[in-house]
Amino acid sequence: MATEPDSSSRIITDQEVQQITRTEELAYELKVEEVMTRNVKCLEPDMQMSQALEMFRSERISGAPVVCGDILCGIVSLEDLIRCLTNYDLDALVREYMSANPVTIRYTDPVVEALKLFVTTKHGRLPVVDEHNRMLGILTKGDITMGMLEALQKDFQAEELRRYRASHLFEDIVSDRTSLILRYNIKPRDFTNGGAASSNIKRALVRLGANPQIARRCGIAVYEAEMNLIIHTINGGVIRVEIEPHQISIEATDDGPGIKDVELAMRPGYSTASDSVRELGFGAGMGLVNIQRCVDNMKLESTFGKGTRLRMKIFMNPDASVGEGHSAH
Amino acid sequence: MNIQELARLVNGNFLANNGDLTREVKGAFAADLMSDVLASIQPEAVLITGLCNPQVIRTAHMADVAAIVLVRGKTPPEETVSLANSEGIPFISTPFGMYEVSGRLYRAGIRSLENQVNAKDCDCG
Repeated sequence: MATEPDSSSRIITDQEVQQITRTEELAYELKVEEVMTRNVKCLEPDMQMSQALEMFRSERISGAPVVCGDILCGIVSLEDLIRCLTNYDLDALVREYMSANPVTIRYTDPVVEALKLFVTTKHGRLPVVDEHNRMLGILTKGDITMGMLEALQKDFQAEELRRYRASHLFEDIVSDRTSLILRYNIKPRDFTNGGAASSNIKRALVRLGANPQIARRCGIAVYEAEMNLIIHTINGGVIRVEIEPHQISIEATDDGPGIKDVELAMRPGYSTASDSVRELGFGAGMGLVNIQRCVDNMKLESTFGKGTRLRMKIFMNPDASVGEGHSAH
Repeated sequence: MNIQELARLVNGNFLANNGDLTREVKGAFAADLMSDVLASIQPEAVLITGLCNPQVIRTAHMADVAAIVLVRGKTPPEETVSLANSEGIPFISTPFGMYEVSGRLYRAGIRSLENQVNAKDCDCG
């Protein structure tokens, strides 16, 4: 958005603020010094323009800053050089043809400031200086693009690394039978956080390298079980997931009220949920049916007045096993 | 058609746009019952719904939904929007109702990503 010609003078609406992307965020997060080119070839005021021409040719550049010691005092662009050539004046000094007091950018400024300057000044490059006007580097739009791509790449690699480490978990630990156990306490009527446990379980499976179908089936089954604990239980319950390379065992337990008629509860469309629960999009009487469809093995035990225990298993074929270096894709 | 073009087709506005908006739309599914969604939606579908509580985002995450279209211009609670952003699921608000949105997408060639109900599982066979 900062690259649109009129954006610097325009007020950004609330609606547009909501649409800020990661790239736009980066324009504010990244500082000029992180993306600029250092060790820039510089000219001096007393050099001849023929030396500038030679530098442009050998370095394949189209402009260079002019420094007095390490202080920036001007810039020579391709236009300045053409002006000099038109006058057949290559013996002239750089100070005669350079543009003095060029537009600069501070090394501590966010990249978005540079983007604005590119738009308003139509310059192709900006000298980067410190508070004493000392020359530190040069910044082009290309530098900004590269800097942003690198930052996005870092974001991506961080997640890849987390995924890689997790996916080798079972390989790195030697035992006769290794398993990873995840436990979640589910509070009754906690609709705001409803599904948080399932989300975390699904994410863990993806990081462990489970294939997407297994992660999806497991996520849906646990989500339905989690919502049942939230909707129906008196004191909430516990979800326990045991992950092994060959299977996932899930257990949802609570201490009441228990189910009166387990067979009836399993019937599609049968529900005891209240209207307020139905308004949330649940209580259609499909939860247990959905679970059964998603898992390989399901066992529902309940004693009315005591509590309920729902056990589920998902088996993994060799291709889909988790934690043995199989990637999620 | 990608997610961004789909939003334009329904005069939509992005409530949350953290996610791949250039992703190609494979198909869509419409429901207000989250259990129906969990039971019947195929992966990578666009979910058209009138519900705007955080459970919609949770459901979408579980069911690998590509984007959510919220119908009838409702303003969802803040938790729903921030959850959509943190799960990276594009969340679009449209002024149209569910029938109109479905019709527009269907006419544009977006197919249904709904699993058929087994005849033996219902009274309609």
